[in-house]
Amino acid sequence: MLLIKNLRASVEGKEILKGINLEVKAGEVHAIMGPNGSGKSTLASVLAGREIFQVTEGKVSYFGKDLLEMSPEERASEGIFLGFQYPIEIPGVSMVNFMKTAVNEQRKHKGLDPISSSDFLKLMREKKELVELDAALANRSVNEGFSGGEKKRNEIFQMAMLEPKLSILDETDSGLDIDALRIVANGVNKLKTAENATIVITHYQRLLDYIIPDYVHVLNNGKIIKSGGKELAFELEEKGYDWLKNDSDK
Amino acid sequence: MEKDQDKILNEVTQGEYKYGFVSDIESESIPKGLNEDVVRLISQKKNEPEFMLEFRLKAFRHWQTMKMPQWAHLIVPKINYQDIIYYSAPKQKVLLDSLDDVDPELRATFDKLGIPLDEQKHLSGVAVDAVMDSVSVKTTFKENLAELGIIFCSFSEAVQEHPDLVKKYMGSVVPYTDNYFASLNSAVFSDGSFCFIPKSVRCPMELSTYFRINAANTGQFERTLIVAEDDSYVSYLEGCTAPRRDENQLHAAIVEIVANRNAEVKYSTVQNWYPGDKNGKGGIYNFVTKRGKCAGENSKISWTQVETGSAITWKYPSCILLGNNSIGEFYSVAVTNNHQQADTGTKMIHIGKNTKSIIVSKGISAGFSNNSYRGLVKVVKNATNARNFSQCDSLLLGDKCGAHTYPYIEVDNKDSIVEHEATTSKIGEDQIFYCNQRGIKTEDAIGLIVNGYAKEVLNKLPMEFAVEAQKLLQISLEGSVG
Repeated sequence: MLLIKNLRASVEGKEILKGINLEVKAGEVHAIMGPNGSGKSTLASVLAGREIFQVTEGKVSYFGKDLLEMSPEERASEGIFLGFQYPIEIPGVSMVNFMKTAVNEQRKHKGLDPISSSDFLKLMREKKELVELDAALANRSVNEGFSGGEKKRNEIFQMAMLEPKLSILDETDSGLDIDALRIVANGVNKLKTAENATIVITHYQRLLDYIIPDYVHVLNNGKIIKSGGKELAFELEEKGYDWLKNDSDK
Repeated sequence: MEKDQDKILNEVTQGEYKYGFVSDIESESIPKGLNEDVVRLISQKKNEPEFMLEFRLKAFRHWQTMKMPQWAHLIVPKINYQDIIYYSAPKQKVLLDSLDDVDPELRATFDKLGIPLDEQKHLSGVAVDAVMDSVSVKTTFKENLAELGIIFCSFSEAVQEHPDLVKKYMGSVVPYTDNYFASLNSAVFSDGSFCFIPKSVRCPMELSTYFRINAANTGQFERTLIVAEDDSYVSYLEGCTAPRRDENQLHAAIVEIVANRNAEVKYSTVQNWYPGDKNGKGGIYNFVTKRGKCAGENSKISWTQVETGSAITWKYPSCILLGNNSIGEFYSVAVTNNHQQADTGTKMIHIGKNTKSIIVSKGISAGFSNNSYRGLVKVVKNATNARNFSQCDSLLLGDKCGAHTYPYIEVDNKDSIVEHEATTSKIGEDQIFYCNQRGIKTEDAIGLIVNGYAKEVLNKLPMEFAVEAQKLLQISLEGSVG
């Protein structure tokens, strides 16, 4: 599904990603862990196509296509979803209106007619339950006045609505209490199929108690310095990142 | 990051003006130029009673003593008032008794503008007075309204049929000495709409005037007068467009509203005069005086405006809150793009006791434009318990445009409460990216964000026009973001 080769990217002349290699196949869950400033969020942003990051080297192919050639909205329509670490507020734009626009844009991309209002509302109701989202939130403006937990749940709700092929969840666990964490993780687990894949970016092992990864990668200083199975996450929890850092410095 | 955003903004705000076509309509114009003879000629063409001519001449003589105001944050090229045609009318058969008498080309023009003159085809619940250049072409649903005692007709007709009402109210809110452009209008105005709602009548449909400039080198000077008697209600809407031309054209209008005891008047404007091209060539100079008088107790006047057109806009729809407990409202969205300039706002003059006013102004600037809010809240000594709340927000798209806020607050009464809030923000690259990431194209994302920003005001518009206004906002900003 996704093949990243020697990806280098910088922002304002400063190199953040220094040669990332990663392959993600359908049905897999990958966790990317690493200390602050290691480049985790940058990787997520580059994959989603945020223009402030310049890709200086490397290739990313997505279902055989050159991902880096695609605009952010094309990537979204082709099934890439980014769960934002800090979801953005859009005052005055209701969630219903926002989601309907998004769903219809993506349908248009696939050559489908716009969804009918009744089908759309039905879909909203169904997906809201999945993340136990308060019904009233749909009528409020996008993320405006949402609590931290509501914002994160709202991200997973949008993910459920858009049914992406590849979801990249950037620090979705940050700022969540244990109940919210469980709800969010449940949502992600329920949306998992054999056809889609998830990249979970997290600082803590905690989330991985709920979302069991197939692979864990440790990112440090713009490079993946170690990959392993889910047991790697426990090891990190126990020992921290330093032993790996030292390892990679040798 | 800044560069990308500017690129986006540039692309989205460079949309095309949809109404720039010219209709091939034979019209009768008087020669260019302005002097007392021209004023007399206009009055004579309209077969006006003596009091009208006197009013015009007084206004003209006063205007000659005045200078164009310079206080606005606008760069106005010198206007040669002798180079303008002050009267131009589409040639028609003598009197219009039915729609069949309307020139097909005229009908086609209004059809194209989405304003069918055929009552059957029309949006249900909206009566229209269609004004082309200097004259009213057709007023729909006049008869139905007359059954309720409502007078809705062209200003010229009102002068002929209801001279007492015109004489009583014309100039009672905006005197001919009011300001430079009001004086000019008072001297040369050619038509407009007149609306009278009798006591205890709730007007069952939206009344609307659609102004169209068609002829070249003409100025449009129209005048609207709305009188709402005790306990009555009316909602009024004004729309306007003009052909795309390289020369600038002058539009100087007056709107006067009188609301008597317990009366309520809602006046909404969707202003879409030709704004000029993206290099700032052409476009309408829009100098308008709009003012309402809440004359009676518990009366209410509410202005809602969506300003997207004109090369230059100079306009301050105001309320004089004379009656005790009267309410004035002003809701505005003003969009400027490319090289457009707008200096717009309101005046709320609190004179009666317990009077209230609310001001919500949303400015949106893109391209190289300048957008200013200018507003006065004045509370006189005896206006006990007056209350005002003002909110003025500015949204910038790009970094070559300007947003300015000039609030003036004068309070002479110690029991009054006046609040002013202002914000300035830039449309966020992160907001656009968030939308992009959900599959929404940048252009649509800006439309969504801008409409969200202006929602509070758009919600005040009558339903049918709110949708239109939303589209218009998006079109006005096309090409401003990339």
